[in-house]
Amino acid sequence: MRRREFLQKSALVIVGTAVSTAPAARAATGGEQWPAPLKTLSPAQARTLLKMARQIYPHPGLDDACYMTTVLDLDSEAAVSPETAKLLSDGIAQLHSSGSGRFDDLSAEQQTAVLVKIQSGSFFQKVRSVEVVSLYNNHEVWKRFDYRGASYPFGGYIHHGFNDLNWLPDPPDAASPKG
Amino acid sequence: MAHLDLNDDSAVVIVGSGAGGGTLANSLCQHGLKVVLLEAGQRQSPATFHNDEWRAFNQLAWLDKRTTSGSWRVARDFPNLPAWTCKTVGGTTVHWAGASLRFADYEFKTKTYYSKISGANLLDWPLALKELEPYYSKAENRMGVTRTNDIAGLPGNNNFKVMYYGATRAGYKTVHTGRMAINPQPRDGRGGCMQLGFCFQGCKSGAKWSTLYTEIPRAEATGRLDLRTGAMALQVVHDRQGRASAVLYADAAGRHHLQKARIVCLAGNSIETPRLLLNSASSMFRHGLANSSGQVGRNYMRHTTGSVYAIFKKPVHMYRGTVMAGIILDEARLDSGRGFVGGFEMETISLGLPFMASFLNPGAWGRDYTRRLEQYPNMAGMWIVGEDMPQESNRVTLNTGVKDQFGLPVPNVHCDDHPNDVAMRNYAYKRGAAVYKAAGAVETIEVPPYPSTHNLGTCRMSEKPGDGVCNKWGQSHDIKNLFISDGSQFTTSGGENPTLTIVALALRQGDYIASQCAQRNL
Repeated sequence: MRRREFLQKSALVIVGTAVSTAPAARAATGGEQWPAPLKTLSPAQARTLLKMARQIYPHPGLDDACYMTTVLDLDSEAAVSPETAKLLSDGIAQLHSSGSGRFDDLSAEQQTAVLVKIQSGSFFQKVRSVEVVSLYNNHEVWKRFDYRGASYPFGGYIHHGFNDLNWLPDPPDAASPKG
Repeated sequence: MAHLDLNDDSAVVIVGSGAGGGTLANSLCQHGLKVVLLEAGQRQSPATFHNDEWRAFNQLAWLDKRTTSGSWRVARDFPNLPAWTCKTVGGTTVHWAGASLRFADYEFKTKTYYSKISGANLLDWPLALKELEPYYSKAENRMGVTRTNDIAGLPGNNNFKVMYYGATRAGYKTVHTGRMAINPQPRDGRGGCMQLGFCFQGCKSGAKWSTLYTEIPRAEATGRLDLRTGAMALQVVHDRQGRASAVLYADAAGRHHLQKARIVCLAGNSIETPRLLLNSASSMFRHGLANSSGQVGRNYMRHTTGSVYAIFKKPVHMYRGTVMAGIILDEARLDSGRGFVGGFEMETISLGLPFMASFLNPGAWGRDYTRRLEQYPNMAGMWIVGEDMPQESNRVTLNTGVKDQFGLPVPNVHCDDHPNDVAMRNYAYKRGAAVYKAAGAVETIEVPPYPSTHNLGTCRMSEKPGDGVCNKWGQSHDIKNLFISDGSQFTTSGGENPTLTIVALALRQGDYIASQCAQRNL
């Protein structure tokens, strides 16, 4: 994807988020607009998890909205599981005490160094395993990765580019019949 | 559809409705036998499938708890998901990619053809290719396999274009869009391929063969099939003479039922089939049913697998169209000069973005990883599938410390790669990378095996009762009215995707059971 196209699509996501999330909760500390109210996490905790999520699967072109789903998924799980709530709360405290200052205020490199230290622990693994599903299952993220997903609704890729690659010669009919 | 009484002891009870069980059920019904088909999962249809990886996974996959051990990387990456199989009517034929290849003759005789391999429990099948050939032909016809029965090959997609160009430049000669049980055009009541790109998630066009919408409805149409969904087999019960007499199962609400049986056939895939035999231990059979050899659960095979993904300068969009869109067959040959015995195939594969993020390097994170993921549109991919060595210590056992929702011990799957498996995988990784480099790849990525889709062995066929669990008909050596009807029967794994062979064996077993019943031997 071209850089400009990438940026244009980023802008669209931000507009889309603002329009589609009616009464967004505005966090007191960070000022993030969460697309849904937080159930268990404090705004400050949620903000730290957002920073963490950005460092685990960093994509400079994706805006925070794409990573917020992960935090909200964790928050929802914490709302029904005291065990998860404690895991997150303790883990966030550990993030703040493992570096040279509050995790949120560290540079990206320093944040990564903190995460490397705790990467085999259950807190990191919980966040990572939730994030690898929620981030890459996000349809806005799909657009940035040029992944179109379901094709049945428009009749399959058979008439939508399944064989549109044109920078290599086509195989002979014997190997790949025209169909 | 028939309704058979729980006390009807004329019923053949089949556990599992996939390639083995679903096909066998239809064969027996066509022969005039009455069948109770127990399926642990629910019934879906092309209309209810999802073109969405995680949603489909949660709808179709076998997610009951399992544990793992051994040095295979799956035990580290997916400790509770050793296998990616299905719990739904149609079993893993809902999920499979459709590759339908016959075994080569030598693959039935590995002990004869391969020199002694230390640590490998090699054995010749009590069955030769010649005996199976008529059933391979029948299977190809009913499944509608391309490049057989005058059915054309499928048109190749972008992923195949890259494979073909690279493979032929790298010197490979036999490269085409494969022998696939996917209709290029509508045939035999099934639709034509729409190149949906979601073969693994259940084919919404019905172009891909699955017992769900072929064998099972045809068996139902005979009026002799009683399909019970949400029915989890818990125990095979035997009588005082040591003959299988009933199957105890739990329904979806957890209530137990005992279905009497004339014959019991197990087709729950190579993890659940031995588990059921082991969970059926009794005072007469202390080590589980059909286990006088001690081989139940042993010789678990999963094929030597791995994937190679390659990044190109220009877009590929590999996810569009059939997942297994083409194959390189040159490496499937008897040739130990490559540093290992056995052959392998290279077949295109693609994953959608959600699964690619989870599988490209399980557990990886950070910018180096995401930089590669950002190349997703420019990726092409292939899957390696080759023969792995049977080892006695690779086995399914009962983990008595962990219970499932029915209170039964869960299966533990132990697996260590044999040095032959490692040598083959490393060679295949290099060959796969060579293919893509010949097509201009800027980077190639070796991807470790996914949770196993090919689960084989564990109740293997053998000439002598001491070497295995069942004979050349899948009939257990110990209990003559107890059959193994799935990939568990495989004596060795071959290098080919196993479904066609499972179907051929099921058709052959169906004829055998029917003739034995007619002769009153069963």
